[in-house]
Amino acid sequence: MVENRPWLTVLSHAVLCLGVLVTALPIWIAFVASTHPSDSMLSGRTPLLPGGNMLENYATVLGTGVKAAGSIPVGTMLWNSLVMALMIAVGKIAISIIAAYAIVYFRFPLRKTCFWVIFITLMLPVEVRILPTFGVVASLDMLNSYWGLSVPLIASATATFLFRQFFLTVPEELAEAARIDGAGPLKFFRDILLPLSRTNIAALFVILFIYGWNQYLWPLLVTTDEGFYTIVMGIQRMLQAEDAEPAWHEIMATSMLAMLPPVLVVVFMQRLFVKGLIEQEK
Amino acid sequence: MEKRVVFSKLGLPILLVAPQIIITLVFFIWPASQALYQSVLLEDAFGLKSEFVWLDNFIALFSDPHYLNSFARTVVFSAATAGLSLGVALFLAAMADRVLKGATAYRTLIVWPYAVAPAVAGVLWFFMFNPSIGILAYLLKGIGYDWNHYLDGTDAMILVVLAASWKQVSYNFLFFLAGLQAIPRSLVEAAAIDGARPFKRFWTIVFPLLSPTAFFLLVVNIVYAFFDTFGIVHATTSGGPAQSTTILVYKVFSDGFIGLDLGGSAAQSVILMAVVITLTVFQFRYIERKVAY
Repeated sequence: MVENRPWLTVLSHAVLCLGVLVTALPIWIAFVASTHPSDSMLSGRTPLLPGGNMLENYATVLGTGVKAAGSIPVGTMLWNSLVMALMIAVGKIAISIIAAYAIVYFRFPLRKTCFWVIFITLMLPVEVRILPTFGVVASLDMLNSYWGLSVPLIASATATFLFRQFFLTVPEELAEAARIDGAGPLKFFRDILLPLSRTNIAALFVILFIYGWNQYLWPLLVTTDEGFYTIVMGIQRMLQAEDAEPAWHEIMATSMLAMLPPVLVVVFMQRLFVKGLIEQEK
Repeated sequence: MEKRVVFSKLGLPILLVAPQIIITLVFFIWPASQALYQSVLLEDAFGLKSEFVWLDNFIALFSDPHYLNSFARTVVFSAATAGLSLGVALFLAAMADRVLKGATAYRTLIVWPYAVAPAVAGVLWFFMFNPSIGILAYLLKGIGYDWNHYLDGTDAMILVVLAASWKQVSYNFLFFLAGLQAIPRSLVEAAAIDGARPFKRFWTIVFPLLSPTAFFLLVVNIVYAFFDTFGIVHATTSGGPAQSTTILVYKVFSDGFIGLDLGGSAAQSVILMAVVITLTVFQFRYIERKVAY
């Protein structure tokens, strides 16, 4: 910059630090609460420094769950969330990359119709069609199953568009050269397009994993069997303990566990995450 | 844009698009058309027979004070959430764009709440504001305000707005920062040489250049506040107290699954679909989507 304004730089740092602190505050409070025994919560206000019960609390929720709310072990919920998130991420990428390939590289009847059918899903988030979608899943006998948790969320216009846009930027010469060398459409896809799309796939995977992990409404509807509860919706059930104050120390330990995997993904794969987020909105 | 070089096979492409088309038809198009169909039917309490009632369900909705109240709540909630998270994010991004050292570190530290599920974000703020043990409720009591989101509708609304905004700031910050960094330095420097002070430079040069990003984010934030915040409301206030936080998407759920009013819930779904379609079309038509990143 052409000018030097030290006070403004100091102010900028101060504002940013304040922003970072406010961002971190809820997590700090949750972490502190998750390290205390249950009776420190009854003293009238939450403590501000960690207590000594961290290992016990986390071991309890992972192994046996929150007793007061009669919940299943959080370990099982973590597993369910992981399976659901992976199925959604992998499934979305797989079906949309082949659909985009067909739409870009082939001419076939109803190609435009297919394109528009996929395009329309962009406008129909699951929240606006919950009852009828639930009806379909129930009649297909997919309630309380990993398929029911993931398949209805798998169709995605955004992923298909991302791959379509990317394929359109791939030079024509590559397809021509492949054809002259005698490669068929499947070989061209596997040996040329897939390796070229690697970064896009990885970036999309990061975004979709977070999307899948954080699903709330859908798991709430299709799981009545506790064995299929995912962690994000499981927390809500823990808050509904019938008789007393919720077991805050255990609920906060569960919340920490629910946040950990997607937050780690964002922090450690930040470059891919930023790329995925920005590409998705183009 | 079309490819010149294409493969000419028939079976293969059909096979390749089939999975996506089948899932779309079964889980998107069919349920959506069911919602449309049910929204013009009136079913009796046992689901035995249904009657075609034209637009009666919609008329009933718009003459129902609860629904109109829910509409108003949604507008307040969306405006507050979008305003707060956009404002804070723009302010932080402008500051982060200024500092040369540590901008990446700040980005990491501000961006991670994006990964937190809305429902979990809601629970965290719910805990901090808990009237009996929450730290923020305790501080508010210290300055003489008796916080209770179980009884006071305004407190409950503030709670969900704060939780929703806390999570959304990260996303807006990322896009604002990318937008700011794409603005040519030479423009800002020329203005500085002409004697424009930082504040003036921001409003007369930086902000107008940033407006495509800002408009795009505004639409994304409204969509977020309308639909993705279901988890926050459901996990914390459950729409209460006295329906003060019953936003539209929560009402579709509670009328459909708890109230079992199929026609009414379907009509609400149709209205929400209309809202999404309007926002999407608006975004495509009137907003330059190719924001400079």
